[in-house]
Amino acid sequence: MIKKEMIAMLLAGGQGSRLGVLTQKVAKPAVSFGGKYRIIDFPLSNCINSGVDTVGVLTQYQPLRLNAHIGIGIPWDLDRNNGGVTILPPYENIGGSDWYSGTANAIYQNLEYMKSFSPDYVLILSGDHIYKMDYEMLLDYHKANNADVTIAVMPVPIEEASRFGVVVTDGKGRITEFQEKPPEPKSNLASMGIYIFSADLLFEALTELKDVPGCDFGKHVIPYAHEHGKRIFAYEFNGYWKDVGTLQSYWEANMELIDIVPEFNLYEEFWKIYTKTETIRPQYVGAGAHIERSILGEGSEIEGKVFNSVIGDCVTIEPGAEVYDSIVMKGSVVGAGTRLYKTIVAENTRIGKNCEIGAGEYRDNAVDPRVYAAELAVIGEETVIPDGIRIGKNTAVWGVTTAADYENGELPGGGYLVKGGEKS
Amino acid sequence: MKAVGIILAGGGSKKMRELSSLRAVSAMPIAGSYRAIDFALSNMTNSHIQRVGVLTQFNSVSLNEHMNSSKWWDFGRKQGGLFVFSPTITFTHSDWYRGTADALYQNLNFFYRSHEPYVVIASGDGIYKLDYNKVIEYHIEKKADITVVCSRVGPEEDISRFGVVHTAEDGRITELEEKPVESETRNVNCGIYVIRRRLLIELLEGCATEERYDIVRDIIIRYRNHKRIYAYNLESYWSNISTVEAYYRTNRDFLKPEVRKHFFGELPEIYSKVEDNPPAKYNPGACVKNSLISSGCIINGHVENSVLFKDAYVGNGAVVKNSIILGDVYIGDNTTVENCIIESRGTLEGGKSYVGSPEEIKVVVEMMGRYPLNAQKEGHK
Repeated sequence: MIKKEMIAMLLAGGQGSRLGVLTQKVAKPAVSFGGKYRIIDFPLSNCINSGVDTVGVLTQYQPLRLNAHIGIGIPWDLDRNNGGVTILPPYENIGGSDWYSGTANAIYQNLEYMKSFSPDYVLILSGDHIYKMDYEMLLDYHKANNADVTIAVMPVPIEEASRFGVVVTDGKGRITEFQEKPPEPKSNLASMGIYIFSADLLFEALTELKDVPGCDFGKHVIPYAHEHGKRIFAYEFNGYWKDVGTLQSYWEANMELIDIVPEFNLYEEFWKIYTKTETIRPQYVGAGAHIERSILGEGSEIEGKVFNSVIGDCVTIEPGAEVYDSIVMKGSVVGAGTRLYKTIVAENTRIGKNCEIGAGEYRDNAVDPRVYAAELAVIGEETVIPDGIRIGKNTAVWGVTTAADYENGELPGGGYLVKGGEKS
Repeated sequence: MKAVGIILAGGGSKKMRELSSLRAVSAMPIAGSYRAIDFALSNMTNSHIQRVGVLTQFNSVSLNEHMNSSKWWDFGRKQGGLFVFSPTITFTHSDWYRGTADALYQNLNFFYRSHEPYVVIASGDGIYKLDYNKVIEYHIEKKADITVVCSRVGPEEDISRFGVVHTAEDGRITELEEKPVESETRNVNCGIYVIRRRLLIELLEGCATEERYDIVRDIIIRYRNHKRIYAYNLESYWSNISTVEAYYRTNRDFLKPEVRKHFFGELPEIYSKVEDNPPAKYNPGACVKNSLISSGCIINGHVENSVLFKDAYVGNGAVVKNSIILGDVYIGDNTTVENCIIESRGTLEGGKSYVGSPEEIKVVVEMMGRYPLNAQKEGHK
């Protein structure tokens, strides 16, 4: 095998449980984002744009959509004779079989894959962040500091720092202390979950720590390197970076794309985000349509009104329908006369005519108020909602529903109606 | 694998005016996201024809750029593939393609080295969906030597740019009038032929020894009584784009629901090179009615009854009506565009007015230095 200077390992096995019904059947990295993309497109595109052409993608939770999306890597030019993209699921071996029990454990189980490229450096990425980063600059920084580990960090407001893993540096970038979600943070530099390891150290640490249950980079591997006096540096990143781990942050990150000049600009010529394009035809905007402050994917047919919204590929919005502050993912249909307010509609959903979703009084969600908040109504994928239904705020609906599921044709604020979930 | 495919994509057209000075007709952008040749290429791949030769000659830069990888049409295969044949010189031979038959003759080895029994010849400037296997079945059923795909054109079409086909009741072609001044029948030759490979080789070699170079004149018309030549009627949408008027009309046809349903709503799909543009963006003040908008467009102004190709920018207060805006066009604030075709990479300054009429569509080539003009002249689209 041809030697690669740096390979990337992309952790894409997580569920992302705080995205609620959006991740019932897909891993978080495969969730749609920004109309035509999926979350994993961002790190994958960053890889190829940075010249990293060997990427192992570690999958575990609900991998079907993810596998189908990545395929052999054609959209990202990662279909290579040497390297390219490789899907790495957990596997059975002579000693039994283990699921990936933690971020570092997952990487450890693929030691052989990494060693086959004899890399000098290994880039560890996670598949659930929205950002553009040149990993080559990160590598240059790593080399210039003669570092063993480089952690990408970004400044956050100090009052929010206690939500993150925080690093304290000596002023020249070398990290002297770590604090995991500290109540009183000593610094505002939050770890972004992006690491470059010199390969020898990574392999040594993973092997040493192989029996640690749930072995994790933040909790075990970085402290191991620190305890052994390794040179750990912080690379400060000042661009746009968003963890879309909650429904609210997911919704916000989508909405930020529709600003006139968005902070996260997809329209730049030289750092394209690539995705598997299933539809290439243009969108059709009908004579009665009105669209403002929105982005729309390819092949959509819009006859209704769309304001402040992010619409995916091949979405149909029928005449008289009105969509406000919402996300409608690919293949979904919004029936005539239906109004959506602050609603997230997952893929291939059919919403009937004259429904009203996301309106009414504020009430906390009855089942999981931590997940279903921020006044969002969330409709899971392949859901069917019959005509004339009203659905309130902080609600979740998933599955093929009929009029009988709604008392008085209504799911009031805070309601939770999940019929999906069986294997079909 | 019953057939190999040939796509004739070497033509320019004076009737495309300025549009053809930059590219071959087969490379003309169509319906927001495609180029004309995508239709023939997709029909080939959807008909399971895996070995396809594309003959290029006139201004082929854009066309070659479009086909720089064959994977978009699923031709990147060990069995078969996409072959581009441009005219080439040897010690004994230095001619351009002198006609359609000559172009095939100069690549005769392609036919000798194939093993498929039939050849499907298609032109690259037709916009249609067709399963060529149906034509081959018809060809076999009629025991035909050559089958010519025909389509009935509407009264809006200028008949004098087509070959008009007269048939007997069983479909056998009795007469083919090339580019008549006027004609009672509206049944025209689509430039799509099915023929047995062995017979094609024989006819091409015959033409070559007699210094005849044209498929229509020297094979179809000349042999119409001698060989069994049949017409296959293509009932669904077909359009040839090689005049400005036809090009404009064909693009605007995609605003009709039945045309969109035929091409976009029904399988199989038409494929094209994927360009990874971001989603189209509608800013405050945007007002779009009855239009096709492609990925990468940013719209601030008013767009009506128009087709916008990829990466078009429409400024504040700009008005675009009844127009075709090709790729990467910038339309400045408060500029009016009506009944126009704006050439790709055009830059229209703010506050200007570009107005054609439904009878006389205006072609606008306005580079304004955003892209160097000499690069345009040399054919880099």
